[in-house]
Amino acid sequence: MNFTSDTSIDIASAVNRATAPTAEPKLKVEGLNFYYGENHALKNIHFDIPEKRVTAMIGPSGCGKSTLLRIFNRMYQLYPGQRAEGKILFDGTDLLSKELDSTVVRSRIGMVFQKPTPFPMSIYDNIAFGVKLHEKLNKAQMDERVEWCLRKAAIWEETKDRLHTSALGMSGGQQQRLCIARTIAVRPEVILLDEPTSALDPISTSKIEDLIDELKQEFTIVIVTHNMQQAARCADITSFFYLGEMIEVGPSAEIFTNPREARTRDYITGRFG
Amino acid sequence: MDATLTGNQAASAMAVARKPTGRLSDPIFVGVLWASGIFVLILLGLIIAMLFEGGLPALREFGIQFLWSTTWNPVTEKFGAGVMVFGTIFSAVIAVIIALPLSFGIAFFLTEIAPGPLRRPIGVAIQLLAAIPSIIYGMWGFFVIVPLMAAYVQPPLIDLLGPLPVIGALFQGPPLGAGMLTAGLIMAIMILPFITAMFVEVLESVPPMIKESAYGVGATTYEVYRNVSVPYGRTAMVGAVMLGLGRALGETMAVTFVIGNATRMSASLFAPGSTIASTIANEFPEAGPGSLKLQSLLELGFILFVISFIVLALSRLLVRSKLKG
Repeated sequence: MNFTSDTSIDIASAVNRATAPTAEPKLKVEGLNFYYGENHALKNIHFDIPEKRVTAMIGPSGCGKSTLLRIFNRMYQLYPGQRAEGKILFDGTDLLSKELDSTVVRSRIGMVFQKPTPFPMSIYDNIAFGVKLHEKLNKAQMDERVEWCLRKAAIWEETKDRLHTSALGMSGGQQQRLCIARTIAVRPEVILLDEPTSALDPISTSKIEDLIDELKQEFTIVIVTHNMQQAARCADITSFFYLGEMIEVGPSAEIFTNPREARTRDYITGRFG
Repeated sequence: MDATLTGNQAASAMAVARKPTGRLSDPIFVGVLWASGIFVLILLGLIIAMLFEGGLPALREFGIQFLWSTTWNPVTEKFGAGVMVFGTIFSAVIAVIIALPLSFGIAFFLTEIAPGPLRRPIGVAIQLLAAIPSIIYGMWGFFVIVPLMAAYVQPPLIDLLGPLPVIGALFQGPPLGAGMLTAGLIMAIMILPFITAMFVEVLESVPPMIKESAYGVGATTYEVYRNVSVPYGRTAMVGAVMLGLGRALGETMAVTFVIGNATRMSASLFAPGSTIASTIANEFPEAGPGSLKLQSLLELGFILFVISFIVLALSRLLVRSKLKG
């Protein structure tokens, strides 16, 4: 099947309708194929991700949505045997080309994982770790940066008195917000969220969702989720993946109320997945 | 037995009442297990008691100074453990200092860098190092390493570092080849496989997601290793090093070949010395029954036992605390 030509037109018009007028997409995926060894995991994906919006990717397990997320920050390159073909334009430069250094890509495109992954160090150092890799800050500047990103991640009030205690002593929800703060601290342009709330309770989940809403003022956000209500609540744009193909993409309101594709409808009404 | 009954009989036997099995065999089995467990305790207790009792006369004769006295004179029958205790700890520490960076390098290479097809051969090679009997290391050390050290390693080090203040003391004396450094070097190769194997285990237990998050903020391989993987397994790694130290403390044959067997104490890396284990191996044949020398050797054995016990207990404690957390 070939959705490519009309989906890309669709996104452009959808974005125009759903949100304020946009310039070039922040990330532009063109004819992307991805392989785990012999396994063809993503098939000819064309996908535009607009700047300073929340774009959700939904679909059953194994459909390739997390894979796509891990291509955006080149995490797949850590594993031999995984390879990507095609183009992903990031502000006009091809992300997949060797010209860009992986560490630079990853500082501009940050990622938050399914489970909270605090480093085995203090709350303060968890944040300072990433910053130190890219910038030389003095103590005062670093203090300021830590406070800034903890405030952004809505966790400053809970942590300001225990910055120098181990991050491993925090609750799961707090740890996940710390991980978001850590990602923000390097001042990326894009934040990738890989099922960020799947290991959290409902209250922590709603805090993270509020946070996502706040963060899209400044960052471009791409979120993979299994929770369709979450996509409907948080995302401006939603895309549906199935068996390595992108079936449909559009404004969330349309995808969830009036999908064009039968498979999308079946999935969001819970008939499979 | 049920299995030998024909189908009909079996069916009826099942329907009526089953014979309780294991009424006799199970208590026997449990009893044997208890006995095995208790046996270890008794064995250990007896060994400690024998060593302690055997060495007690020497301790009575020379007093508590036996522990640090540096005299070891079979002719005048004056004995002290100082030289051997020093040599034991000195050579073992040298071994750990040499083995540690190598183990780090190999373990991290194996877990992070080595391409799949290379991992197994290197892993197996390391295991094989551990399988070489210590007497072979001793011979190899004596015939190959000692002459090499004497000809090519020690003279330039003595010329270069000997005149320096403070650390110069480590590089004094004639280049004999045999000595503390050579013993430490051979033992380093012997404990390398153990430390490496435990490091690999620790590094593999670091959750991939944590490493990915570190890569995710733009860290390089080295930065991930130093700031995430190593701190994550720090306690277990210290435990691994202590285990290696424990093995080096008690190593006998290889050390006896290359340490030079002198009962003098020197701060120099090149000076010949002796360890508790090498002294016992060397002098046991010449110690007559009931002699003060035999009692002193038994006391030495007891001291070695206590040192090893402390080191091993510490390492267990550290490894366990990590595995729990």
